[in-house]
Amino acid sequence: MNRAEQLMLHVGHLTTSVGAAYPGSRAVFRGHDLHHDLGDLGWFELCAFGITGRRLPKDHLRVLEFIWTSTSYPDARIWNNRVAALAGTTRSTPNLALTAGHALSEAMIYGRRNEYRALTFFARTVQEMRAGATLADCLAHHLQHQGKLAGYGRPLASGDERIAPTMALARQLGLAEGPHVTLAFEVERELLSQGKQLNYGALVSAFGADFGLTGREFTMLFFPVFVGGMQPCYLEAAAKPPGAVFPTPCGDVRYQGVAKRAWPGSAPG
Amino acid sequence: MSVSPIHTRIWLEEPEADSPFATRAAHCHGYDVFGAMLGRARWADMVFLLFRGEAPTARQSALLDALAVALANPGPRDPAVHAAMSGGVGGSPAAASLIAALAVGAGQSGGAREVFLAMRHWAAHGTLLAAWQEGLASVPMMPDDTWPQPEHAAGFDPNGVSAATIVRQTLTVLASLSDGPCLPWLFEHREALERAAGLPLAMTGVAAAALADLGLSPEEGEMLHLLLRLPGSAVHALEQWKTGFKNFPFYPVNLLDDPAERHAGQAAVMPSTTSGDAA
Repeated sequence: MNRAEQLMLHVGHLTTSVGAAYPGSRAVFRGHDLHHDLGDLGWFELCAFGITGRRLPKDHLRVLEFIWTSTSYPDARIWNNRVAALAGTTRSTPNLALTAGHALSEAMIYGRRNEYRALTFFARTVQEMRAGATLADCLAHHLQHQGKLAGYGRPLASGDERIAPTMALARQLGLAEGPHVTLAFEVERELLSQGKQLNYGALVSAFGADFGLTGREFTMLFFPVFVGGMQPCYLEAAAKPPGAVFPTPCGDVRYQGVAKRAWPGSAPG
Repeated sequence: MSVSPIHTRIWLEEPEADSPFATRAAHCHGYDVFGAMLGRARWADMVFLLFRGEAPTARQSALLDALAVALANPGPRDPAVHAAMSGGVGGSPAAASLIAALAVGAGQSGGAREVFLAMRHWAAHGTLLAAWQEGLASVPMMPDDTWPQPEHAAGFDPNGVSAATIVRQTLTVLASLSDGPCLPWLFEHREALERAAGLPLAMTGVAAAALADLGLSPEEGEMLHLLLRLPGSAVHALEQWKTGFKNFPFYPVNLLDDPAERHAGQAAVMPSTTSGDAA
Protein backbone atom coordinates (compact mmCIF):
# COMPACT_ATOMS: atom_id res chain seq x y z
CA MET A 1 0.00 0.00 0.00
CA ASN A 2 1.57 3.33 -0.99
CA ARG A 3 1.25 6.55 1.00
CA ALA A 4 -1.71 7.83 -1.01
CA GLU A 5 -3.54 4.56 -0.43
CA GLN A 6 -2.78 4.78 3.28
CA LEU A 7 -4.26 8.26 3.38
CA MET A 8 -7.35 7.04 1.52
CA LEU A 9 -8.22 4.96 4.59
CA HIS A 10 -8.99 8.22 6.43
CA VAL A 11 -11.14 9.85 3.74
CA GLY A 12 -14.75 10.82 4.33
CA HIS A 13 -15.20 9.94 7.99
CA LEU A 14 -13.85 10.64 11.46
CA THR A 15 -12.65 7.74 13.54
CA THR A 16 -12.21 8.90 17.10
CA SER A 17 -11.86 7.84 20.70
CA VAL A 18 -12.22 11.26 22.32
CA GLY A 19 -15.91 11.78 21.77
CA ALA A 20 -18.72 12.89 19.51
CA ALA A 21 -21.89 14.97 19.53
CA TYR A 22 -25.23 13.46 18.60
CA PRO A 23 -27.34 16.63 18.44
CA GLY A 24 -30.81 16.14 19.86
CA SER A 25 -29.71 13.00 21.68
CA ARG A 26 -26.46 12.97 23.62
CA ALA A 27 -22.77 13.84 23.67
CA VAL A 28 -19.87 11.54 24.48
CA PHE A 29 -16.74 12.89 26.15
CA ARG A 30 -13.79 10.49 26.38
CA GLY A 31 -15.96 7.42 26.78
CA HIS A 32 -18.51 9.02 29.10
CA ASP A 33 -21.95 10.46 28.55
CA LEU A 34 -21.20 14.15 29.06
CA HIS A 35 -24.53 15.09 30.60
CA HIS A 36 -25.21 12.00 32.69
CA ASP A 37 -21.76 10.77 33.74
CA LEU A 38 -19.72 13.97 33.99
CA GLY A 39 -22.25 16.54 35.13
CA ASP A 40 -20.63 16.80 38.54
CA LEU A 41 -17.29 17.97 37.14
CA GLY A 42 -16.31 21.61 37.29
CA TRP A 43 -15.23 23.17 34.00
CA PHE A 44 -11.55 23.23 34.92
CA GLU A 45 -11.77 19.61 36.04
CA LEU A 46 -13.46 18.64 32.79
CA CYS A 47 -10.70 20.33 30.78
CA ALA A 48 -8.08 18.43 32.79
CA PHE A 49 -9.95 15.20 32.12
CA GLY A 50 -10.26 16.01 28.42
CA ILE A 51 -6.55 16.63 28.15
CA THR A 52 -5.18 13.82 30.29
CA GLY A 53 -7.97 11.25 30.16
CA ARG A 54 -7.80 10.96 33.93
CA ARG A 55 -9.37 12.72 36.89
CA LEU A 56 -6.93 15.06 38.60
CA PRO A 57 -7.12 15.06 42.42
CA LYS A 58 -9.10 17.96 43.88
CA ASP A 59 -6.11 19.40 45.71
CA HIS A 60 -4.04 19.41 42.51
CA LEU A 61 -6.84 21.21 40.70
CA ARG A 62 -7.08 23.70 43.55
CA VAL A 63 -3.40 24.64 43.21
CA LEU A 64 -3.64 24.88 39.43
CA GLU A 65 -6.76 27.03 39.56
CA PHE A 66 -5.20 29.21 42.27
CA ILE A 67 -2.32 29.78 39.85
CA TRP A 68 -4.83 30.98 37.24
CA THR A 69 -6.33 33.41 39.71
CA SER A 70 -2.91 34.61 40.83
CA THR A 71 -1.79 35.54 37.36
CA SER A 72 -4.94 37.27 36.13
CA TYR A 73 -3.58 40.80 35.82
CA PRO A 74 -5.93 43.27 34.13
CA ASP A 75 -3.01 45.47 33.07
CA ALA A 76 -3.23 46.53 29.43
CA ARG A 77 0.49 47.26 29.29
CA ILE A 78 1.29 43.54 29.40
CA TRP A 79 1.81 42.45 25.81
CA ASN A 80 -0.92 39.84 25.44
CA ASN A 81 -3.39 41.93 27.43
CA ARG A 82 -2.37 44.90 25.30
CA VAL A 83 -3.61 43.07 22.21
CA ALA A 84 -7.01 42.60 23.81
CA ALA A 85 -7.09 46.30 24.70
CA LEU A 86 -5.98 47.39 21.22
CA ALA A 87 -8.77 45.26 19.78
CA GLY A 88 -11.13 47.12 22.08
CA THR A 89 -9.85 50.49 20.97
CA THR A 90 -10.34 49.59 17.28
CA ARG A 91 -13.82 48.22 18.09
CA SER A 92 -12.96 44.67 17.07
CA THR A 93 -14.99 41.83 18.59
CA PRO A 94 -14.46 40.35 22.07
CA ASN A 95 -13.74 36.91 20.63
CA LEU A 96 -11.12 38.16 18.22
CA ALA A 97 -9.54 40.21 21.00
CA LEU A 98 -9.24 37.26 23.36
CA THR A 99 -8.21 34.83 20.64
CA ALA A 100 -5.32 37.03 19.56
CA GLY A 101 -4.32 37.67 23.17
CA HIS A 102 -4.20 33.95 23.80
CA ALA A 103 -2.22 33.30 20.64
CA LEU A 104 0.41 35.71 21.95
CA SER A 105 0.51 33.91 25.27
CA GLU A 106 2.51 31.14 23.62
CA ALA A 107 5.60 33.30 24.05
CA MET A 108 9.23 32.42 24.58
CA ILE A 109 10.00 34.71 27.52
CA TYR A 110 6.69 34.20 29.31
CA GLY A 111 3.62 31.99 28.95
CA ARG A 112 3.32 28.67 27.22
CA ARG A 113 6.67 28.21 25.44
CA ASN A 114 8.53 29.26 28.56
CA GLU A 115 6.49 26.88 30.70
CA TYR A 116 6.75 23.99 28.25
CA ARG A 117 10.52 24.22 28.21
CA ALA A 118 10.74 24.62 31.97
CA LEU A 119 8.45 21.65 32.65
CA THR A 120 10.32 19.44 30.22
CA PHE A 121 13.62 20.42 31.83
CA PHE A 122 12.34 19.62 35.33
CA ALA A 123 10.85 16.27 34.28
CA ARG A 124 14.01 15.24 32.44
CA THR A 125 16.32 16.41 35.21
CA VAL A 126 14.44 14.60 37.98
CA GLN A 127 14.76 11.40 35.94
CA GLU A 128 18.44 11.96 35.27
CA MET A 129 19.21 12.77 38.92
CA ARG A 130 17.35 9.65 40.03
CA ALA A 131 19.68 7.76 37.71
CA GLY A 132 22.68 9.28 39.46
CA ALA A 133 23.48 12.50 37.61
CA THR A 134 24.34 15.65 39.54
CA LEU A 135 22.40 18.86 39.08
CA ALA A 136 25.51 20.52 37.69
CA ASP A 137 25.81 17.76 35.08
CA CYS A 138 22.16 18.13 34.14
CA LEU A 139 22.40 21.90 33.82
CA ALA A 140 25.52 21.67 31.68
CA HIS A 141 23.92 19.02 29.46
CA HIS A 142 20.74 21.07 29.14
CA LEU A 143 22.56 24.26 28.21
CA GLN A 144 24.61 22.36 25.62
CA HIS A 145 21.59 20.80 23.91
CA GLN A 146 18.80 23.29 24.57
CA GLY A 147 20.76 26.51 24.50
CA LYS A 148 19.00 28.22 27.38
CA LEU A 149 17.29 27.44 30.66
CA ALA A 150 13.65 28.55 30.75
CA GLY A 151 12.03 29.74 33.94
CA TYR A 152 14.75 31.79 35.56
CA GLY A 153 14.90 35.56 35.42
CA ARG A 154 11.84 37.67 34.64
CA PRO A 155 11.27 40.27 31.92
CA LEU A 156 10.57 43.75 33.31
CA ALA A 157 11.08 42.78 36.98
CA SER A 158 13.16 40.92 39.51
CA GLY A 159 11.40 38.65 41.96
CA ASP A 160 7.86 37.41 41.62
CA GLU A 161 4.99 38.37 43.92
CA ARG A 162 2.97 35.28 42.98
CA ILE A 163 5.40 32.72 44.32
CA ALA A 164 4.87 33.21 48.06
CA PRO A 165 1.05 32.90 48.09
CA THR A 166 1.17 29.90 45.75
CA MET A 167 3.71 28.15 47.94
CA ALA A 168 1.64 28.99 51.02
CA LEU A 169 -1.36 27.21 49.53
CA ALA A 170 0.79 24.29 48.41
CA ARG A 171 2.20 23.91 51.93
CA GLN A 172 -1.33 24.02 53.35
CA LEU A 173 -2.31 21.18 51.00
CA GLY A 174 0.89 19.19 51.56
CA LEU A 175 2.00 19.68 47.96
CA ALA A 176 4.97 21.99 48.44
CA GLU A 177 7.73 19.41 48.48
CA GLY A 178 7.19 17.40 45.32
CA PRO A 179 10.35 16.45 43.43
CA HIS A 180 9.99 18.99 40.63
CA VAL A 181 9.08 21.95 42.86
CA THR A 182 11.99 21.00 45.12
CA LEU A 183 14.26 20.87 42.09
CA ALA A 184 12.99 24.26 40.88
CA PHE A 185 14.22 25.92 44.07
CA GLU A 186 17.44 23.90 44.03
CA VAL A 187 18.17 25.23 40.55
CA GLU A 188 17.43 28.76 41.78
CA ARG A 189 20.04 28.37 44.50
CA GLU A 190 22.48 27.14 41.85
CA LEU A 191 21.79 30.15 39.61
CA LEU A 192 21.46 32.89 42.21
CA SER A 193 25.11 33.81 41.80
CA GLN A 194 24.21 34.69 38.19
CA GLY A 195 21.36 36.90 39.43
CA LYS A 196 18.71 34.58 37.98
CA GLN A 197 15.71 34.01 40.21
CA LEU A 198 12.98 31.44 39.80
CA ASN A 199 10.09 32.98 37.89
CA TYR A 200 6.44 32.08 38.16
CA GLY A 201 6.46 30.17 34.90
CA ALA A 202 9.08 27.82 36.31
CA LEU A 203 7.18 27.31 39.55
CA VAL A 204 3.85 26.57 37.90
CA SER A 205 5.60 24.23 35.45
CA ALA A 206 7.20 22.38 38.36
CA PHE A 207 3.78 21.92 39.94
CA GLY A 208 2.51 20.63 36.59
CA ALA A 209 5.31 18.07 36.50
CA ASP A 210 4.69 17.10 40.12
CA PHE A 211 1.04 16.51 39.21
CA GLY A 212 2.07 14.18 36.38
CA LEU A 213 1.36 16.48 33.44
CA THR A 214 3.51 16.45 30.33
CA GLY A 215 4.62 19.67 28.68
CA ARG A 216 1.88 19.42 26.08
CA GLU A 217 -0.81 18.59 28.65
CA PHE A 218 0.23 21.51 30.82
CA THR A 219 0.33 23.87 27.82
CA MET A 220 -3.21 22.92 26.87
CA LEU A 221 -4.57 23.10 30.41
CA PHE A 222 -3.03 26.54 30.92
CA PHE A 223 -4.12 27.91 27.56
CA PRO A 224 -6.74 30.29 29.07
CA VAL A 225 -4.70 31.20 32.17
CA PHE A 226 -4.47 34.91 31.33
CA VAL A 227 -8.05 35.38 30.15
CA GLY A 228 -9.24 36.85 33.46
CA GLY A 229 -6.86 39.75 32.94
CA MET A 230 -7.62 40.26 29.27
CA GLN A 231 -11.37 40.62 29.54
CA PRO A 232 -11.38 43.84 31.60
CA CYS A 233 -8.65 45.29 29.38
CA TYR A 234 -10.83 44.83 26.29
CA LEU A 235 -13.94 46.19 28.00
CA GLU A 236 -12.26 49.31 29.36
CA ALA A 237 -10.66 50.03 25.99
CA ALA A 238 -14.01 49.61 24.25
CA ALA A 239 -15.55 52.07 26.70
CA LYS A 240 -12.97 54.77 25.92
CA PRO A 241 -13.08 56.82 22.71
CA PRO A 242 -11.88 54.95 19.62
CA GLY A 243 -8.09 54.97 19.43
CA ALA A 244 -7.64 56.20 22.99
CA VAL A 245 -5.59 53.21 24.19
CA PHE A 246 -1.89 53.78 23.54
CA PRO A 247 -2.36 56.38 20.78
CA THR A 248 1.03 56.96 19.20
CA PRO A 249 1.91 60.36 17.73
CA CYS A 250 4.50 60.36 14.95
CA GLY A 251 7.09 61.68 17.38
CA ASP A 252 6.79 58.58 19.53
CA VAL A 253 8.30 56.42 16.81
CA ARG A 254 12.08 56.65 16.76
CA TYR A 255 13.26 55.94 13.23
CA GLN A 256 16.71 54.39 13.06
CA GLY A 257 16.84 53.33 9.41
CA VAL A 258 18.44 54.62 6.25
CA ALA A 259 18.07 58.23 5.12
CA LYS A 260 15.47 59.31 2.57
CA ARG A 261 16.26 58.28 -0.99
CA ALA A 262 14.62 58.30 -4.41
CA TRP A 263 12.59 55.28 -5.57
CA PRO A 264 14.05 53.93 -8.84
CA GLY A 265 12.37 55.76 -11.69
CA SER A 266 11.05 58.61 -9.59
CA ALA A 267 12.39 62.13 -9.27
CA PRO A 268 14.70 62.68 -6.29
CA GLY A 269 12.59 63.82 -3.36
CA MET B 1 7.54 62.52 23.08
CA SER B 2 6.68 59.43 25.11
CA VAL B 3 9.13 58.18 27.70
CA SER B 4 9.14 54.88 25.84
CA PRO B 5 9.08 55.31 22.05
CA ILE B 6 8.71 52.56 19.46
CA HIS B 7 12.02 51.92 17.67
CA THR B 8 12.06 50.96 13.99
CA ARG B 9 14.49 50.76 11.11
CA ILE B 10 11.64 50.27 8.63
CA TRP B 11 9.17 53.12 8.74
CA LEU B 12 9.41 56.89 9.10
CA GLU B 13 6.26 58.97 9.36
CA GLU B 14 6.10 62.73 9.38
CA PRO B 15 3.04 64.41 10.92
CA GLU B 16 0.71 66.95 9.47
CA ALA B 17 1.10 70.42 10.94
CA ASP B 18 -2.35 70.27 12.55
CA SER B 19 -2.12 66.80 14.16
CA PRO B 20 0.72 64.58 15.34
CA PHE B 21 -1.52 61.58 14.59
CA ALA B 22 -2.13 62.36 10.91
CA THR B 23 0.56 61.41 8.40
CA ARG B 24 1.91 63.90 5.89
CA ALA B 25 4.55 61.55 4.49
CA ALA B 26 5.57 57.94 5.11
CA HIS B 27 8.94 56.52 4.12
CA CYS B 28 9.71 52.80 3.92
CA HIS B 29 13.43 52.13 4.26
CA GLY B 30 13.98 55.64 3.00
CA TYR B 31 11.55 55.56 0.05
CA ASP B 32 8.56 57.91 -0.03
CA VAL B 33 5.69 55.43 -0.15
CA PHE B 34 2.83 57.74 -1.11
CA GLY B 35 4.83 60.45 -2.86
CA ALA B 36 7.08 58.27 -5.05
CA MET B 37 6.32 54.55 -4.86
CA LEU B 38 2.55 54.62 -5.22
CA GLY B 39 1.65 54.12 -8.88
CA ARG B 40 5.21 53.04 -9.74
CA ALA B 41 5.97 50.12 -7.43
CA ARG B 42 4.26 46.76 -7.78
CA TRP B 43 2.91 44.96 -4.72
CA ALA B 44 5.79 42.48 -4.90
CA ASP B 45 8.25 45.42 -4.90
CA MET B 46 6.71 46.77 -1.70
CA VAL B 47 6.74 43.38 0.03
CA PHE B 48 10.36 42.78 -0.98
CA LEU B 49 11.31 46.25 0.25
CA LEU B 50 9.58 45.68 3.59
CA PHE B 51 11.37 42.38 4.20
CA ARG B 52 14.77 43.10 2.70
CA GLY B 53 15.12 46.84 3.19
CA GLU B 54 16.12 47.39 -0.44
CA ALA B 55 14.23 47.76 -3.69
CA PRO B 56 14.24 44.50 -5.64
CA THR B 57 15.85 43.98 -9.00
CA ALA B 58 13.43 43.28 -11.83
CA ARG B 59 14.18 39.56 -11.57
CA GLN B 60 13.75 39.47 -7.79
CA SER B 61 10.40 41.22 -8.19
CA ALA B 62 9.36 38.77 -10.90
CA LEU B 63 10.38 35.81 -8.73
CA LEU B 64 8.42 37.06 -5.73
CA ASP B 65 5.45 37.79 -7.95
CA ALA B 66 5.53 34.26 -9.37
CA LEU B 67 5.91 32.73 -5.92
CA ALA B 68 2.91 34.74 -4.74
CA VAL B 69 0.82 33.40 -7.63
CA ALA B 70 1.89 29.82 -6.86
CA LEU B 71 1.06 30.14 -3.16
CA ALA B 72 -2.04 32.35 -3.37
CA ASN B 73 -4.54 29.52 -3.22
CA PRO B 74 -3.67 26.12 -1.83
CA GLY B 75 -7.25 25.14 -2.70
CA PRO B 76 -10.17 23.92 -0.60
CA ARG B 77 -8.58 20.52 0.15
CA ASP B 78 -5.73 22.18 2.01
CA PRO B 79 -6.17 22.10 5.82
CA ALA B 80 -5.56 25.86 6.16
CA VAL B 81 -8.22 26.68 3.59
CA HIS B 82 -10.51 24.04 5.10
CA ALA B 83 -10.08 25.87 8.42
CA ALA B 84 -10.95 29.21 6.82
CA MET B 85 -14.01 27.68 5.15
CA SER B 86 -15.09 26.33 8.54
CA GLY B 87 -15.09 29.94 9.68
CA GLY B 88 -16.92 31.16 6.62
CA VAL B 89 -19.64 28.52 6.65
CA GLY B 90 -20.65 29.34 10.22
CA GLY B 91 -20.65 33.09 9.82
CA SER B 92 -17.54 33.80 11.87
CA PRO B 93 -15.88 37.23 11.44
CA ALA B 94 -13.58 37.62 8.44
CA ALA B 95 -10.57 37.85 10.71
CA ALA B 96 -11.56 34.58 12.41
CA SER B 97 -11.41 32.77 9.08
CA LEU B 98 -7.97 34.19 8.37
CA ILE B 99 -6.79 33.48 11.93
CA ALA B 100 -7.95 29.90 11.38
CA ALA B 101 -6.03 29.73 8.10
CA LEU B 102 -2.93 31.16 9.78
CA ALA B 103 -3.07 28.80 12.76
CA VAL B 104 -3.53 25.70 10.64
CA GLY B 105 -1.27 26.91 7.85
CA ALA B 106 1.45 27.55 10.41
CA GLY B 107 2.17 23.88 10.91
CA GLN B 108 5.19 21.72 10.36
CA SER B 109 3.41 19.43 7.91
CA GLY B 110 2.61 21.47 4.82
CA GLY B 111 2.67 24.85 6.55
CA ALA B 112 4.89 27.80 7.29
CA ARG B 113 6.88 26.09 10.03
CA GLU B 114 7.87 23.45 7.52
CA VAL B 115 9.12 26.26 5.26
CA PHE B 116 11.09 27.64 8.23
CA LEU B 117 12.68 24.24 8.83
CA ALA B 118 13.38 23.70 5.13
CA MET B 119 15.04 27.13 4.93
CA ARG B 120 17.29 26.06 7.79
CA HIS B 121 18.38 23.20 5.55
CA TRP B 122 19.38 25.71 2.89
CA ALA B 123 21.25 27.78 5.46
CA ALA B 124 23.05 24.69 6.77
CA HIS B 125 23.73 22.76 3.57
CA GLY B 126 23.79 25.36 0.82
CA THR B 127 24.28 23.58 -2.49
CA LEU B 128 26.41 20.69 -1.21
CA LEU B 129 24.71 17.46 -2.16
CA ALA B 130 26.61 15.34 0.37
CA ALA B 131 25.58 17.70 3.19
CA TRP B 132 21.94 17.52 2.10
CA GLN B 133 22.08 13.75 1.92
CA GLU B 134 23.51 13.56 5.42
CA GLY B 135 21.01 16.12 6.72
CA LEU B 136 18.05 14.32 5.18
CA ALA B 137 19.12 10.88 6.38
CA SER B 138 17.32 11.40 9.69
CA VAL B 139 14.80 13.87 11.04
CA PRO B 140 16.66 16.01 13.59
CA MET B 141 15.53 16.31 17.20
CA MET B 142 14.55 19.91 17.88
CA PRO B 143 15.00 21.68 21.24
CA ASP B 144 12.09 21.51 23.70
CA ASP B 145 9.23 23.65 22.47
CA THR B 146 5.47 23.73 22.06
CA TRP B 147 6.13 22.91 18.40
CA PRO B 148 5.85 19.14 18.05
CA GLN B 149 8.96 17.26 17.00
CA PRO B 150 9.17 17.12 13.18
CA GLU B 151 8.05 13.79 11.71
CA HIS B 152 9.45 14.05 8.19
CA ALA B 153 12.13 15.82 6.18
CA ALA B 154 11.06 19.46 5.84
CA GLY B 155 10.18 20.46 2.30
CA PHE B 156 9.12 16.99 1.25
CA ASP B 157 5.62 15.50 1.14
CA PRO B 158 5.05 12.90 3.88
CA ASN B 159 1.98 11.59 2.03
CA GLY B 160 3.36 11.91 -1.47
CA VAL B 161 4.11 9.12 -3.91
CA SER B 162 5.92 11.23 -6.52
CA ALA B 163 6.48 14.96 -6.95
CA ALA B 164 3.18 16.47 -8.07
CA THR B 165 3.05 18.13 -11.46
CA ILE B 166 2.21 21.53 -9.99
CA VAL B 167 5.23 21.28 -7.70
CA ARG B 168 7.50 20.50 -10.65
CA GLN B 169 5.89 23.25 -12.75
CA THR B 170 6.44 25.76 -9.97
CA LEU B 171 10.04 24.68 -9.52
CA THR B 172 10.69 24.95 -13.26
CA VAL B 173 9.27 28.46 -13.55
CA LEU B 174 10.76 29.81 -10.34
CA ALA B 175 14.19 28.33 -11.12
CA SER B 176 14.12 30.10 -14.47
CA LEU B 177 13.44 33.42 -12.74
CA SER B 178 15.95 33.14 -9.92
CA ASP B 179 19.33 34.79 -9.74
CA GLY B 180 20.00 32.93 -6.50
CA PRO B 181 21.72 29.57 -6.08
CA CYS B 182 18.96 27.48 -4.45
CA LEU B 183 16.18 27.10 -7.00
CA PRO B 184 18.42 26.23 -9.98
CA TRP B 185 20.34 23.75 -7.83
CA LEU B 186 17.11 22.21 -6.53
CA PHE B 187 15.88 21.92 -10.11
CA GLU B 188 19.06 20.02 -11.02
CA HIS B 189 19.18 17.82 -7.91
CA ARG B 190 15.51 17.26 -7.06
CA GLU B 191 15.54 13.53 -7.66
CA ALA B 192 18.74 12.99 -5.66
CA LEU B 193 17.24 14.90 -2.73
CA GLU B 194 14.00 12.97 -2.99
CA ARG B 195 15.94 9.72 -2.80
CA ALA B 196 17.80 11.01 0.28
CA ALA B 197 14.55 12.08 1.96
CA GLY B 198 12.63 9.01 0.86
CA LEU B 199 9.82 11.39 -0.06
CA PRO B 200 8.86 13.54 -3.05
CA LEU B 201 9.46 17.28 -3.09
CA ALA B 202 6.57 19.34 -1.72
CA MET B 203 5.46 22.89 -2.52
CA THR B 204 6.91 23.93 0.84
CA GLY B 205 10.33 22.80 -0.41
CA VAL B 206 10.04 24.90 -3.56
CA ALA B 207 8.81 27.89 -1.55
CA ALA B 208 11.70 27.53 0.89
CA ALA B 209 14.23 27.58 -1.94
CA ALA B 210 12.56 30.61 -3.51
CA LEU B 211 12.44 32.51 -0.24
CA ALA B 212 16.11 31.67 0.38
CA ASP B 213 16.99 32.93 -3.11
CA LEU B 214 15.13 36.15 -2.32
CA GLY B 215 17.55 36.60 0.56
CA LEU B 216 15.11 35.97 3.39
CA SER B 217 16.01 34.36 6.69
CA PRO B 218 14.02 31.29 7.83
CA GLU B 219 12.06 33.53 10.23
CA GLU B 220 11.23 35.98 7.43
CA GLY B 221 10.36 33.16 5.05
CA GLU B 222 7.98 31.66 7.59
CA MET B 223 6.17 35.00 7.93
CA LEU B 224 5.93 35.63 4.22
CA HIS B 225 4.68 32.11 3.52
CA LEU B 226 1.87 32.68 6.03
CA LEU B 227 0.95 35.92 4.29
CA LEU B 228 1.12 34.70 0.71
CA ARG B 229 -1.31 31.82 1.24
CA LEU B 230 -4.09 33.96 2.70
CA PRO B 231 -5.92 35.11 -0.47
CA GLY B 232 -7.26 31.65 -1.25
CA SER B 233 -8.37 31.14 2.34
CA ALA B 234 -10.24 34.44 2.21
CA VAL B 235 -12.22 33.76 -0.92
CA HIS B 236 -13.02 30.15 -0.06
CA ALA B 237 -14.31 31.29 3.34
CA LEU B 238 -16.54 33.87 1.68
CA GLU B 239 -17.74 31.30 -0.83
CA GLN B 240 -18.81 28.81 1.84
CA TRP B 241 -20.96 31.40 3.61
CA LYS B 242 -22.86 31.85 0.36
CA THR B 243 -22.94 28.10 -0.35
CA GLY B 244 -24.34 27.34 3.09
CA PHE B 245 -23.65 24.77 5.76
CA LYS B 246 -26.02 22.20 4.27
CA ASN B 247 -23.61 21.90 1.34
CA PHE B 248 -20.47 21.76 3.46
CA PRO B 249 -19.17 18.35 4.57
CA PHE B 250 -20.13 17.15 8.03
CA TYR B 251 -18.46 13.79 8.20
CA PRO B 252 -19.87 10.54 9.59
CA VAL B 253 -18.22 9.59 12.85
CA ASN B 254 -16.93 6.22 13.93
CA LEU B 255 -16.74 6.46 17.72
CA LEU B 256 -14.45 3.83 19.18
CA ASP B 257 -15.19 4.42 22.86
CA ASP B 258 -18.94 4.73 23.16
CA PRO B 259 -20.59 4.33 26.58
CA ALA B 260 -23.85 3.46 24.84
CA GLU B 261 -22.21 0.36 23.40
CA ARG B 262 -20.81 -0.60 26.79
CA HIS B 263 -24.31 -0.32 28.21
CA ALA B 264 -25.93 -2.09 25.26
CA GLY B 265 -28.90 -4.14 26.35
CA GLN B 266 -29.71 -1.85 29.27
CA ALA B 267 -31.49 0.68 27.10
CA ALA B 268 -32.05 1.63 23.52
CA VAL B 269 -28.87 3.14 22.15
CA MET B 270 -27.80 5.29 19.27
CA PRO B 271 -25.58 3.59 16.74
CA SER B 272 -21.94 4.54 17.24
CA THR B 273 -21.42 5.15 13.54
CA THR B 274 -23.58 8.06 12.61
CA SER B 275 -23.90 9.75 9.26
CA GLY B 276 -22.98 13.38 9.00
CA ASP B 277 -26.54 14.26 8.12
CA ALA B 278 -27.86 12.59 11.27
CA ALA B 279 -25.28 14.34 13.42
